Amino acid sequence: MSPAPATPIACAAMRDAPDIESGVRARMFALSQPHFISVAGLNRPEAERLLDLADAFVGLSRAREKKLSLLRGRTLVNMFFESSTRTQSSFEIAAKRLGADTVNMSPRTSSVTKGETLIDTAVTLNAMKPDLLVVRHAASGAAALLSQKVGCSVINAGDGWHEHPTQALLDALTIRRAFGTVSGLTIAICGDVLHSRVARSNVGLLQLMGARVRLVGPPTLMPSGADQWGAEVFHDMRAGVAGVDVVMMLRLQLERMDGAFVPSTREYFRFFGLDAEKLALAAPHVRVMHPGPMNRGVEIESGVADNLDISLIQQQVEMGVAARMAVLATLAARLDDGDRPNV
Amino acid sequence: MSERPTAYLNARLVDPASGYDGPGALIVAEGVIAEVAHSYHIANLSPDIEMIDCGGQALMPGLIDLRVKTGEPGAEPKETLKSASRAAAVGGVTSIVVQPDTDPAVDEPAVLDFILRRARDIELVHVHAAGAATRGLKGVHMAEIGLMAEAGALYFTDVDQPLADSKVFRRVLSYAKAFDRPVAHRPADPYLSLGAVATEGELAGRLGLPSVPAIAERIALERDLALAELTGARLIVDQITTAEALDSLARSRARGTHVTATASINHLSFNEVDIGDYRTFYRVDPPLRAEDDRQALIEAVASGLVGVITSAHTPAPPEDKRLPFSEAAPGAAGLETLLPALLSLYHEGRCDLIDLIRTVTLAPAELLGLAAGRLVRGAPADLILCDLEAPVVIDAAKLISKSKNSPFDGRRLQGRVVLTVVDGRVVYRSGV
Repeated sequence: MSPAPATPIACAAMRDAPDIESGVRARMFALSQPHFISVAGLNRPEAERLLDLADAFVGLSRAREKKLSLLRGRTLVNMFFESSTRTQSSFEIAAKRLGADTVNMSPRTSSVTKGETLIDTAVTLNAMKPDLLVVRHAASGAAALLSQKVGCSVINAGDGWHEHPTQALLDALTIRRAFGTVSGLTIAICGDVLHSRVARSNVGLLQLMGARVRLVGPPTLMPSGADQWGAEVFHDMRAGVAGVDVVMMLRLQLERMDGAFVPSTREYFRFFGLDAEKLALAAPHVRVMHPGPMNRGVEIESGVADNLDISLIQQQVEMGVAARMAVLATLAARLDDGDRPNV
Repeated sequence: MSERPTAYLNARLVDPASGYDGPGALIVAEGVIAEVAHSYHIANLSPDIEMIDCGGQALMPGLIDLRVKTGEPGAEPKETLKSASRAAAVGGVTSIVVQPDTDPAVDEPAVLDFILRRARDIELVHVHAAGAATRGLKGVHMAEIGLMAEAGALYFTDVDQPLADSKVFRRVLSYAKAFDRPVAHRPADPYLSLGAVATEGELAGRLGLPSVPAIAERIALERDLALAELTGARLIVDQITTAEALDSLARSRARGTHVTATASINHLSFNEVDIGDYRTFYRVDPPLRAEDDRQALIEAVASGLVGVITSAHTPAPPEDKRLPFSEAAPGAAGLETLLPALLSLYHEGRCDLIDLIRTVTLAPAELLGLAAGRLVRGAPADLILCDLEAPVVIDAAKLISKSKNSPFDGRRLQGRVVLTVVDGRVVYRSGV
């Protein structure tokens, strides 16, 4: 009946936790906007502060004791009209590590198919008084629409082709940790830009943080007017990746293709897939990213994706949790200040 | 019919038929205009005549709106013939032409007859109907154009369904010509515009909305104009919106084709930037265009290249509009806002009043062979009295239409209908 001796690992965790917690508290702030819908709502100091806070959460996630009480008593609802296991899990883990209660909904299978509007669903949900609402929807502008009708903070987890701002935040965090800074880097975003909310959010955030952004893809997958986003547009991938610090590949959204945007996947890989040969044209210290899930052999070669010396893809997933924790915590801090939207 | 003759005195008469805009008075008897005077008063009026002092306000022909959708039959919660008629009366629109894309579609005389009979019982404004060009608006088999023409169809159209098959469209044009009826078609390349909800450009790209290049309108219009030339038929270009298409139209007119183009008040009032917050009330078909296109359209109205303006009244209830932008139903309610929105082109000095009023009165009347739309002796007494300067703030919630999807909600406009008269009967009198 003697107490079990403490293991060395547990001792380390007990020692680390207060340091991490004080580090988090020192970096906490309240987000200036009630919702996190678009990177357009951020300014540069705020973006840097979010990354600073996320850095602290990375430490927390690596510790034995991963849980804080910043969101204790708060309820987060994951409302994914489009299924996405990884993003939904990432938000759920982030919320749980901050002490929130989480509920997952997949409205595709519930009343939305029965003629209820998106707003009806939101209003119903709103009556249950959640604090944070994470939304993914196939239509651009869906998160913004919801945010106008609910009294909780809405986090956009991807709306159509429009934005996926937490993905951009985690990408910026990954880049900043790999290079020490985002400012001054040249980053090529390659592939299906037209259908990519990841690209749109990243163009906005990475430019805000001082990076030079290139967009690379066939003309059929490049939005009209992309050249007016402040990025340089390339239709030749070899020229597009020449000398860049980061190559960020996009998923070729096969499920969204309602027409033939490219002749075949093999032709796509030949001209726009990332292989060792094209990558050799980038800067010697180049790092490769992908928001996942990857179509191996379509937009990226396995040899590149799995090369841990150059691939940041695993880190991106880890940073996803930390970046989302930063967003949830700063939105909740705003709620703690009594600043609820639409009340 | 009005029991007693009525004299409208002390008015500013605005009559596109005679080109007269000045002091005037007129007498209405037996539902028609009995006398028109170009002076504020008429001497020797008989004592049993009812006199209305117009207080110097504008007395004009009632508006004729040739593109009005209701939900009857088939979608009555959106709008009925009665609610649309009431909205029209409030908006100073004394004749409406309802569209055939109902459920069932107006592609045979029985459905047309149903609508016209229902409308007759309402006794508010004149309700006319357009017939479908093809059966079920499917673009494959011709609808019963001759029988519907006989039953009163004023023109033929598949409304928002593009007639993709040029052979079918050619036959519709030449067949309708034999019955002296025009055919309306909205030019939009069906392949380029499939699934699009916005006009291609930097904004639509940034918002992540499926978009159609503006040139898709010209591509389709060029074919339509060529077929109009080939058949000699009367073509109504439904809702022209782009500068490129206007150039094509001007070239075609120079070659002597019988083409009339319409513009919707939405495309004269708004541009693509209005969709910036994903506001679904600005989701219309064709999608709102660039500001350059809007300016070109206004110039085309001023020059007369575009002859007819419509409200493109398309009621959509909340369940069709409270959705993400790309999933929301297209269209805007417009009957009650047409006149003040139109008058803003006059107040901004873009068009003369009489030219502007022509596009919603005489021009559609001549196009469709209606006797209304003019202040001449013997014409139907379809009149409106309008305070041209009165400031109004549009409140969508207060619209009479069953659906409140007005993109003008909250806009400050000028111009209020004081009185609406149909066949000499007052069908609306402003409460103020």
